[in-house]
Amino acid sequence: MHPLLTRNRFGPYLLAWIPLAGILVILTASGGGRSWLESCIIVIPLCAVYAFVCLSAWYTAKSAPLKPETALRLVLGHFLAAAIVSFLWVGLASVMTFLLARTPAFPELNQRFAPLIGPFFGAGFLIYLLAVALHYVILSLEASREAQARVMETSILAREAELKALKAQVNPHFLFNSLNSISALTSVEPARAREMCILLSEFLRMTLGLGEKNAIPLSEELALIDRFLAIEKVRFGARLRVEERIQEESKSLLVPPLVLQPLVENAVVHGIANLPEGGAIRLTSQTQDGWLTLTVENTFDPEATSTRRKGMGLTNVRQRLEGCYATGATVRVNTQADRFCVELSLPAETGASRK
Amino acid sequence: MSAAQKKIGALIVDDEDLARHVVCELLSSHPEIEILAECANGFEAVKAFAEQKPDLIFLDVQMPKLTGFDVLELIGEDVSVIFTTAYDQYAMRAFEVHAVDYLLKPIGKERFEEALARAKRRLGEKMPPAQKLAESARPPQQFLERIVVKDGTRVTLIPIGKLDYAEAQDDYVALASQGKKHLKQQTIASLEACLDPNCFVRVHRSYIVNLERVVRIEPYGKDSRLAILADGARLPVSRAGYARLQSLLNERK
Repeated sequence: MHPLLTRNRFGPYLLAWIPLAGILVILTASGGGRSWLESCIIVIPLCAVYAFVCLSAWYTAKSAPLKPETALRLVLGHFLAAAIVSFLWVGLASVMTFLLARTPAFPELNQRFAPLIGPFFGAGFLIYLLAVALHYVILSLEASREAQARVMETSILAREAELKALKAQVNPHFLFNSLNSISALTSVEPARAREMCILLSEFLRMTLGLGEKNAIPLSEELALIDRFLAIEKVRFGARLRVEERIQEESKSLLVPPLVLQPLVENAVVHGIANLPEGGAIRLTSQTQDGWLTLTVENTFDPEATSTRRKGMGLTNVRQRLEGCYATGATVRVNTQADRFCVELSLPAETGASRK
Repeated sequence: MSAAQKKIGALIVDDEDLARHVVCELLSSHPEIEILAECANGFEAVKAFAEQKPDLIFLDVQMPKLTGFDVLELIGEDVSVIFTTAYDQYAMRAFEVHAVDYLLKPIGKERFEEALARAKRRLGEKMPPAQKLAESARPPQQFLERIVVKDGTRVTLIPIGKLDYAEAQDDYVALASQGKKHLKQQTIASLEACLDPNCFVRVHRSYIVNLERVVRIEPYGKDSRLAILADGARLPVSRAGYARLQSLLNERK
């Protein structure tokens, strides 16, 4: 759709033509024995036609976006277009004056108009180029508005994902199962029951505190995961095995809060919980060339059919990373036989580099 | 209680040690109940059930491979079941399979006693046949993802994509999968109702076939045909079955 052919833009566009038409009328009437009436009769229809002709510059501008590499070709192209359009326009003017000359009211108007053909061609040429420039301005305005809308949309999505992540954090089933473990432990091993209460409170307190932060050191995220896994270990016993290979230097790097925890929870709920003999969860962190790579790997039952909630945590993490780093972060999922692995790559940021 | 009165045999099924422990402890004040076995998964439960014939089962719902509902479908005889779970979304299904009660974890003593009392009242009552239970346990508008089959105390899971065809044999269906046949006590009509009609076709009074396994259809006598499967099996196709097959293939185009 042409941007000027809208209800509130077309009026101002036509108004802008009034001074142009005025100048052309004055040009025509000054000297050469042409009356004001004759000037108006020639110029006004010509301008009306040209106002529409100039709108066509939109299509050429749109199909040839401004780029430094093609600047010369663009300029030549638009100059050629301007020359052709202006030539046709002057041709129209000549035909008009020729026809008017045959009426008794405007004797020999075509001969009196002839000296103006050159100036009119020049004017038409310039006006067309002006129209091209105007359309480029409109194009770039629209592009920037679109970009703005996109930025807005991404940040809204990121915010939503964040909220969802926080809400999903304290999974009620996780709580009920943990409470059940505690209630079982109270009679047999009161000390472990108390220990578990403390783990659970620490986990909850940490989760709640993360809501206001945009980024936390990886060490904090890992501390949260340690609590989570310690609680799940009480439930699953020997079925849950954990291996951690955390690079020491990576611990101070900043990551969005709760970026790993949902993945670890998935590994427990969709991986270990479906295996009668249990399995292992492997956590690694690695920095290389300014990138932080985090992986969460777990064994799972390839034949398990339970798909409920599957991917929710993963989708969530993906959306949040998009929101935090635009395209500067990747999430790779790799399934091999009975191993499921999620790998996150984020720009390695320290507190100092972020500010 | 008279000495002659038989003890109530109970089975505790849960994949978490601590969860089983809670039930044991709650039962410790009930000498009339004897814990026959504790099972850490569905397979153990099916085996223990066949060997010990308990009167009462405490059954967790969420367990690896075989869920509590699968276990019930496999054993479903005259037994009282009390489900134990942290998830309340299974409550409706639990009562549809005539569970005695449904206990939410963490389990409180009072609520537990209530369930136990109810179980004792129901002990003498007959349960509906296993197949009925399994059918009503399946959520509506949802097709089977796998079939559980029991051969003695051995349990086999057949993912639905690996089922080649099913053949009716009296009160049983023979399920052909990966070159083996598994017998299951079920009518072919009720099996058909649980299968996705876009993948499985009743080609004959006695046969349901997995559409993906059909290589070609050959004419065979007057009015009837043979379906040749990828593994070479030949199944009779009735006239009505052929019509169903054709309409399904036309829909897919």
